[in-house]
Amino acid sequence: MNATSAIRRPPAPPGAVRWIKKNLLSTWYNVLLTLVALIFVFFVSRGVLRWVFFTANWTPITSSLKLFAVGQFPPDQVWRVGTAVLLVSFLFGLSWRVWGGTVGTFALALAVGGAAVAVLPFELSSGVRLWGVANPLLVGVGYLVGRTSLGKPRWAALGWALSFGGTTALLTGVRGVSWLPRVETGLWGGLLLTFLLALVGIVASFPIGVLLALGRRSSLPVLKLFCTLFIEIVRGVPLVTILFMFSVILPLFLPEDVRVDRVLRAMMGMTLFAAAYMAENIRGGLQAIPSGQIEAAKAVGLNGLQTTVLIVLPQALRMVIPAIVGQFIALFMDTTLAVIVGLVELLQIGRAVIQSNPEWLMLDMEVYLFIGAVFWVFTYAMSYASQRLEQTLGVGRR
Amino acid sequence: MDLNENPTDRPPAETDDMIICRNVHKWFDDFHVLRGVTMTIKRQEVIVICGPSGSGKSTFIRTINRLEEHQEGEIIVDGIELSHDIRNIEAIRREVGMVFQQFNLFPHLTVLQNVALAPIWVRKWPKARAEEVAGQLLERVGIPEQAHKYPGQLSGGQQQRVAIARALAMQPKIMLFDEPTSALDPEMIKEVLDVMRELARSGMTMIVVTHEMGFAREAADRIAFFDQGNIVEQNTPAEFFAHPKEDRTRLFLSQILSH
Repeated sequence: MNATSAIRRPPAPPGAVRWIKKNLLSTWYNVLLTLVALIFVFFVSRGVLRWVFFTANWTPITSSLKLFAVGQFPPDQVWRVGTAVLLVSFLFGLSWRVWGGTVGTFALALAVGGAAVAVLPFELSSGVRLWGVANPLLVGVGYLVGRTSLGKPRWAALGWALSFGGTTALLTGVRGVSWLPRVETGLWGGLLLTFLLALVGIVASFPIGVLLALGRRSSLPVLKLFCTLFIEIVRGVPLVTILFMFSVILPLFLPEDVRVDRVLRAMMGMTLFAAAYMAENIRGGLQAIPSGQIEAAKAVGLNGLQTTVLIVLPQALRMVIPAIVGQFIALFMDTTLAVIVGLVELLQIGRAVIQSNPEWLMLDMEVYLFIGAVFWVFTYAMSYASQRLEQTLGVGRR
Repeated sequence: MDLNENPTDRPPAETDDMIICRNVHKWFDDFHVLRGVTMTIKRQEVIVICGPSGSGKSTFIRTINRLEEHQEGEIIVDGIELSHDIRNIEAIRREVGMVFQQFNLFPHLTVLQNVALAPIWVRKWPKARAEEVAGQLLERVGIPEQAHKYPGQLSGGQQQRVAIARALAMQPKIMLFDEPTSALDPEMIKEVLDVMRELARSGMTMIVVTHEMGFAREAADRIAFFDQGNIVEQNTPAEFFAHPKEDRTRLFLSQILSH
């Protein structure tokens, strides 16, 4: 019936052996190049592995793990940080069941990470090891809870929303609750502080950025002027300056008795800084929406707000996911600048650790490599999540 | 296409006026696009508007649901006058469906979601009911099996039929078609025109900007010829094609029918 069906489809892609033959060993000089490359890879990796496992001295890190993790957080209160992480493990387990996909990958990573802490080959208190084991367990519990009637997107979302309040209460303490005494934010440090600065910055800057972008494209002149001024001023000033302004100048404007916490001020500074850049990224997406989309939305009777929320933003945001995640990653790195207002985040802890012991002054390479690796793990996780999100949402499908 | 098919099974048109345009003027900056258009469209009437490009025909139907603002004259749609009052504009848009040359489907939503969106958010129907009606409409335009695909996975003709279903989902009293087949490959034009013919027979009030003279001949009650921002001549299809009165109409017809 169909003449074209007589033509065979091209052969299936080759297997591993044929791939190697085709790409690595096709000609004599390719064989040579492959050999040279193999030898190079062998010596480099042997050198690296030798240095990592034999030459390098990781004592500054293994003996200061608590400092790297939470800074000066009172030792008898560290359980509160651990509990917050367990809460996150539970929520990831629940979300895994509810949403599946990439969330599952992260839940697994969290479980494996926790289990790895439990079997680290150096001196750790049994409490910490127990906590490590508890993480995969709670991921599992969360997953099981997800199979009950609680396993609905709305409950998982509610859980995440509540966890913000819960974590804040756990970390800062609740007035009048004797077992949750106040912990000064000045004592927060290390990975905990880096993480909180980045997380608050990311979560808060995104909606502000969306509003600023919409405001800049608004037809109301005052709103448009305000948003444009804000974006251009903030983008014209280095982050360090903004952090200074928030830490030094802001208290001058506020009444004597209003004291904004130092960490909070840094969070505000970083949020506003990121929001200005975010707004410009999102505005790029908004401009790429064809006017026909808005006309069609109006023609079926949607009002302005509905058109923005249902038609314009979903398309605009998914177009700029790579730019937005790039912004998040930059924000994560920028947390290291919080040192300028006296906060001791991860990098600063590293410097403090090196200087705390004369014998460790020569071991700065190990410390900085460790910190670099920690940053890389988290930024790569963000980048991976972004790629998966793009695939799920079908960027480029029109 | 059988041009002699007679649309006699149309229900008899009622006498009341659905759209009244009086002396409508519109400028794009200094360019005078619409120059005093006056036209009355009765309930269940099917009007085809033709004319050379740049004659203002698209702009004219876009003023009827306020995608373009007119600067002088008045437009009354189903008893509601178009003014700057956003409530009037939204009320009229709920009664008037529109189909665009470029389809303008929402690419991030499935076909079914495209059709059910406005009933859910504007008519405030429950989701189940809106999707049920959307399914029925997709059946009516002949593509129920594509309901869960995305617009990008459909052919042009299928997309345009989805766009018609999307407009119909709001149960409009009037449908505007802005060159609905101009962006389509020739073999897909018929499937869209078939849906429009069925709609015309069902008694929908329609204004269609098109160059499809076959459709005009068999489905229209009246053809209006636009040139330089105004109606040059309007008549029943039979009279319009057989005895055009104006020179410009004759010239246009000779060009469009000869190729």
